[in-house]
Amino acid sequence: MDIFRKMTPTLTRLLEAFLLVMAVVILNFLLIQLAPGDPVEVIVGEMGGASEELIAQLRASYGLDRPVLEQLFIYLGKVLTGDLGYSYYFNTPVLDLLLQRMPATILLVLSALVVAVVLGTFAGALSAKKPDGMGSHLVTLFSLVGYSAPVFWIGMMLLIVFASIWPIFPVSGMYSMRRPDGIGYYLDIAHHLVLPSVTLATIYIAYYSRLARTSMIEVLGQDYIRTARAKGLPENKVIWKHGLKNGLIPIVTMIGLQFGQLFAGAVLVETVFNWPGLGRLAYDSILRRDYPTLLGILLFSAVLVMIANALTDIAYRRIDPRMRRAKA
Amino acid sequence: MKHWKSLLAATCMSALMTGSALAEGSLIVGSVGVPRHFNGAIQSGVYTFMPSSNIYASPLRYSKSWEPEPYVATAWETSEDGLTVTLTLRDDVKFHDGEPLTASDVKFSIETIKANHPFKTMLEPVASVEAPDDTTVIIHLAHPHPALLLAMSPVLMPILPEHVYGADAGDIQQNPANLAPVGAGPFKFVEYKQGEYYKLAKNEDFFIEGKPYLDEIYVQIFPDSNSLILALERGDVDMVPFVSSPRDLKRLSDNADLVIESDLGQAIGPINWLAYNTKKAPLDDVRVRKAINYAIDRDFIVNVLLQGQAPVAPGPIVPGSPLANANVENYDLDIDKANALLDEAGLMPGADGMRFTITADTTNGSEEMGRNLLDYMKSQLRKVGVNVEIRIAPDFPTWAKRISNYDYDVTIDKVFNWGDPVIGVNRTYVSSNIRPGVIWSNTGQYENARVDELLAAAATETDQEKRKALYDEFQEIVVDETPIYFLNVIPYNTVYKKGLIGIPDGIWGAVSPMDDLRWE
Repeated sequence: MDIFRKMTPTLTRLLEAFLLVMAVVILNFLLIQLAPGDPVEVIVGEMGGASEELIAQLRASYGLDRPVLEQLFIYLGKVLTGDLGYSYYFNTPVLDLLLQRMPATILLVLSALVVAVVLGTFAGALSAKKPDGMGSHLVTLFSLVGYSAPVFWIGMMLLIVFASIWPIFPVSGMYSMRRPDGIGYYLDIAHHLVLPSVTLATIYIAYYSRLARTSMIEVLGQDYIRTARAKGLPENKVIWKHGLKNGLIPIVTMIGLQFGQLFAGAVLVETVFNWPGLGRLAYDSILRRDYPTLLGILLFSAVLVMIANALTDIAYRRIDPRMRRAKA
Repeated sequence: MKHWKSLLAATCMSALMTGSALAEGSLIVGSVGVPRHFNGAIQSGVYTFMPSSNIYASPLRYSKSWEPEPYVATAWETSEDGLTVTLTLRDDVKFHDGEPLTASDVKFSIETIKANHPFKTMLEPVASVEAPDDTTVIIHLAHPHPALLLAMSPVLMPILPEHVYGADAGDIQQNPANLAPVGAGPFKFVEYKQGEYYKLAKNEDFFIEGKPYLDEIYVQIFPDSNSLILALERGDVDMVPFVSSPRDLKRLSDNADLVIESDLGQAIGPINWLAYNTKKAPLDDVRVRKAINYAIDRDFIVNVLLQGQAPVAPGPIVPGSPLANANVENYDLDIDKANALLDEAGLMPGADGMRFTITADTTNGSEEMGRNLLDYMKSQLRKVGVNVEIRIAPDFPTWAKRISNYDYDVTIDKVFNWGDPVIGVNRTYVSSNIRPGVIWSNTGQYENARVDELLAAAATETDQEKRKALYDEFQEIVVDETPIYFLNVIPYNTVYKKGLIGIPDGIWGAVSPMDDLRWE
């Protein structure tokens, strides 16, 4: 009985998650139907024209000639058995496409996250040291610009400067077509990764630096900091050890919450830099009305965000004893 | 910190190395199109045709002067009555999997294309195909079909191995070999990462001695032409086909490391035009359509808006075709005439000086040869009292839905000749091809009995001169009755690095085999 009581919140949570995913699938499926034109029109467009017979044949083979609700039920049935369907446009199982593209997106998102957290926190903490100093104002200015500029615009500006005017970085893709071997292969990927990850990181650097600044200013006004200073500890130690450790808490929270947004940002960044990830695939499949692929990506990202939230939840309970007690 | 520096140094080193290591035998082609698959027998479009005509061989090739040349077929003969075409094939051709290519593969391919190819009229008259022995193919036609030989070009008639694509392998649309193709062409398929790149490698057993020259070809796919052009300027890609934007061409022509080849691909024949919905008032009145033509200065469009980078298209057949007729009405700018024609049509200006309003469609993707032209037309037509409302579709399917269901007044459209009028021209004008919901059918709903008659006669006329005369008259009528105002040929240029020679040219341009392509 005790185990059961312990399991109930987890089960409820799982059921909630499942229902939410189903709701996401249904909503997305219906939303996509609102866009005019269907995948067959795109295929015919790229063929340069086709006869009525061929158009009807294509529609029938993709099941597009059936009523929308019937299509929805067929799709739901497939999803429940783990089959994400077949891409109309790419002629490949959707799952294969997703798996093919996933590593690139994960690499991009994680490296952007690391860059953003490290640089953002550092800049924020530094500016909190002297809230009215020159450095602090620069950080504020940078945050403002970084946060308000559209991410694709930043990407294009970086491309113009660092790939065209001063061509030290590649303009597109994740690796050179003529691939170097061994360690060179990884360096080649790293070289391609710089601009996209910096672009994606920019808004989050802005975000985290603002957050770190506010949090640090608050922390540095606390009694224990005064005590630390009064003890005669060196200022650096006060800031980086006593201050930052406590100032980091809201940032950790943010990382979990923003994972979904980071993923959304990847769609734009991947499109600008031709990064072969899920975001670029999403863009391609929207333009081509490739419903199964798009639905697969949306489903995948919904699940991803849910996992990130669940992890944050778990992390909370670990960090903060009050959370655990409150539930009990 | 030390690690950081060495990593940075190594990154720079690798960057330099990849930049300079121009592998002699390899080539990177940049493209903005994603091929659905590589089987050109059942899928058309330049982005499938480009790999397809390199992976598969075909019976014939075509010279720059539109003459057939031997390829897999060494001889071809049309019977006196034009109803039988006999091909003699080479006996030394092998598919990439080592199996020999025989007459039965050609028979199978012709039948497959007839049944599945989107260009239905291309092989429609083929009644039956015989393969009496391994090197002889006899094609029986229901009526003479002068377009047949051109339809045997690499781009239009890939020879498929029957043992891979045949009935035993199930529905050809679902055949996995469409994405992992096996052919007998100069290059073998190696791999495809959907939407990223595909790789082709030299066919060591290619039936033409000493060819192809290149060891491998990568085709890298870019999301938009801006980043593609940037990559070309930086030298990341070696060759880019189908460059048509006047702005890009102008910019690239200043680059001393690049060569622009413009005199190619006449058979692809892409034309940019303004199409009228001829069933919708007031555009159902030929005088109104003519008036609009006269109010638009086509020379200004070509020379100023398109920066002189695109040739004028005088009529429905591209000027590079031997069947083109340049002696048609030119619609030189004449505002007075336009006003007079509109008055004559009874469309007098209202109190605000305006006669009527029309909607003009285009897509978001087409700027230089779409939106910009409509902006110009809007200001021109205002001068004759016609108000234009521009409607830009966010993407292709949205636009196609409107146009193919006749929910439009005028639209910018881009339509391809595809070599012979029977394949790519007739469809826009014959009254039997008014088919709701089908894009690039006769979406202007144009009907003219004489045009139907001329096109039907020309389709079966084997005497080249008589055929030309029939098409000449057709072009005069269509330009005069103007269901379409023809604007410009879309310049399909290939831009490539200096030092590259033998680029695919001729009438099929960049959709021809790349067996002659090499570094100097």
